[in-house]
Amino acid sequence: MMRRTFLIALPYIWLLALFLVPFAIVLKISLSDIALARPPYMPQLDLTGGLAAVWDFITQLDFENFVFLTSDDLYWKAYLSSLKIAALSTAITLVVGYPIAYAMARAAKEWRPTLLMLVILPFWTSFLIRVYSWMGILSTEGVLNQFLIGIGAISEPLQILNTQTAVYIGIVYTYLPFMILPIYSALEKLDDSLLEAAEDLGCSRTTAFWLVTLPLSKGGVIAGCFLVFIPTLGEFVIPSLLGGSETLMIGKVLWEEFFSNRDWPVASAVAVILLLILIIPIVLFQRNEQKQREAEG
Amino acid sequence: MKTLMSFTAGLALIAGMAAAEEVRVYNWSDYIDEELLEKFEAETGIELIYDVFDSNEVLETKMLAGGSGYDVVVPTGTFLQRQIQAGAFQKLDKSKLSNMGNMWDVIAERTATYDPGNEYSVNYMWGTTGIGVNTGKVAEILGDDAPIGSLALVFDPANMEKLASCGVHFLDAPTELIPAALAYAGMDPDRKDGDALAKAEEVLMAVRPHVQKFHSSEYINALANGDICVAIGWSGDILQARDRAAEAENGVEIAYNAPSEGALMWFDQMAIPEDAPNPEAAHTFLNFIMDAQNMAAASNYVYYANGNKASQEFLVEDVIGDTAIYPDEAALQNLYTVTPFPPREQRALTRMWTKVKSGT
Repeated sequence: MMRRTFLIALPYIWLLALFLVPFAIVLKISLSDIALARPPYMPQLDLTGGLAAVWDFITQLDFENFVFLTSDDLYWKAYLSSLKIAALSTAITLVVGYPIAYAMARAAKEWRPTLLMLVILPFWTSFLIRVYSWMGILSTEGVLNQFLIGIGAISEPLQILNTQTAVYIGIVYTYLPFMILPIYSALEKLDDSLLEAAEDLGCSRTTAFWLVTLPLSKGGVIAGCFLVFIPTLGEFVIPSLLGGSETLMIGKVLWEEFFSNRDWPVASAVAVILLLILIIPIVLFQRNEQKQREAEG
Repeated sequence: MKTLMSFTAGLALIAGMAAAEEVRVYNWSDYIDEELLEKFEAETGIELIYDVFDSNEVLETKMLAGGSGYDVVVPTGTFLQRQIQAGAFQKLDKSKLSNMGNMWDVIAERTATYDPGNEYSVNYMWGTTGIGVNTGKVAEILGDDAPIGSLALVFDPANMEKLASCGVHFLDAPTELIPAALAYAGMDPDRKDGDALAKAEEVLMAVRPHVQKFHSSEYINALANGDICVAIGWSGDILQARDRAAEAENGVEIAYNAPSEGALMWFDQMAIPEDAPNPEAAHTFLNFIMDAQNMAAASNYVYYANGNKASQEFLVEDVIGDTAIYPDEAALQNLYTVTPFPPREQRALTRMWTKVKSGT
């Protein structure tokens, strides 16, 4: 009995320690005020003072930083621009990833493990190094431009690095496996006899794809889209390495509040809002998963 | 934890090492001759863990958060001043710094602005913020009389428009770029009031569409490889780019100029965090660096001037004889220093900087 309770409690303890407690800390800081101290915000919770001190602490908290966020159009513009970049990247990743997943699922059975391996292989190299190598590929003196000039396709090097295009390339490249894997797993389970039936009933191959394959892989597509969209929204590394001065993303704004302004309270408020924005797709994702499980079960 | 420590200690004994003592140093990237690090370990038997950063903001956040685990850090003067006020550093125990006599009073006088009495820090290196150009490409675009020694090169939209296709990087350091913009506009670079910020914003906004990137370390390689033509950067970094290009023999020629309208002079100071795990070893490291020959080796390697008078006899002619590194009396007149931004102005500054960088 004890063991069972423990097993059930374990994930909850995990969630509590690694999600709820950190969130509570961030929320607490977002209600504090900036100060020139270590750490750089006020008030500090002093538990030795007993209940009176805790009460005193609570009364000093306020929503000033959240009000501040509405006073400057930078913040909502950054949220909006992040949403746009995340949505567009997800769409591109889907368009690129679906055919790959489809080809993998259609490949001969003995090839599939190898193909799957090839998709996962890049994860063996550090994410940072992979993004960094794109700088070498995309720079004006880089591999891509050298190649294009070499074959005579262009005469002047293309400026790709440090532009929005490079950010999209980086995001699509990095998150592609997260799109391919769930779609592949949905397509692989697909019963071939359904396609045969569709063709028997007069569907062309293309119509059969649109009427049978695509709807049946919907679960994989949705899962893939969320797996790409959610982390992209808060992405910081890719835009800061590949992007130029034009790229406005909330991850960068957060960095600036935290590092340049040393304003932990406002940075925390930005993070809390980002979390609230993310909760919507996350809840939708959970629902979708649940529905699928029910449909399968 | 204790068992782990005794386990490690046991391993160290087995390996035949004298002590498991270590010192953790956090310094700027590309800022030391790495042979010095090995020399330190060999001389003192202290294990040296050396990490690097490329912006004062990153270091400051670690200092303000506390518990960074570092024993020696190297903030720039203006940042140091604020961090001292926040209580981030401990006073140096000068009885442990036998090489204190090597320090250069000319520099110590100036750093006392940030650290009164130099109680918390000693100077590591100092330099100027100026303009690095790919001389060949800039001459090709703007002609042989291109104003490479003037801020007009980077702040006059007419010049920047032409240079944009070739690539221009600015430092991602508002506390250095805004004084430069003010100097270009003929104003006191240390002004922090609203009017001054508005003027600086006007200057920067006019050229921002032509700036490819605001970044504080990429320009070294980008200049050296010929990826970009112009960078506002730190003197020694640009001189390092010059040497990397020369070594690579890729036909790229880089030159550094402290702008004629005035150039910012800054000081990177070695300090010991208040909660340093091993302040004893931190002092040993400081004293090691303050040794005349060691300091000279570092300067000879990174092309920055240092605050160590005794080291000057060991500097190579390339360094001590180059007025871009050790300015002569006249050039020194042309250098200015700035003070830190107070919190309220800091927010206005960062907001303006975000606007300059992103257009929003």
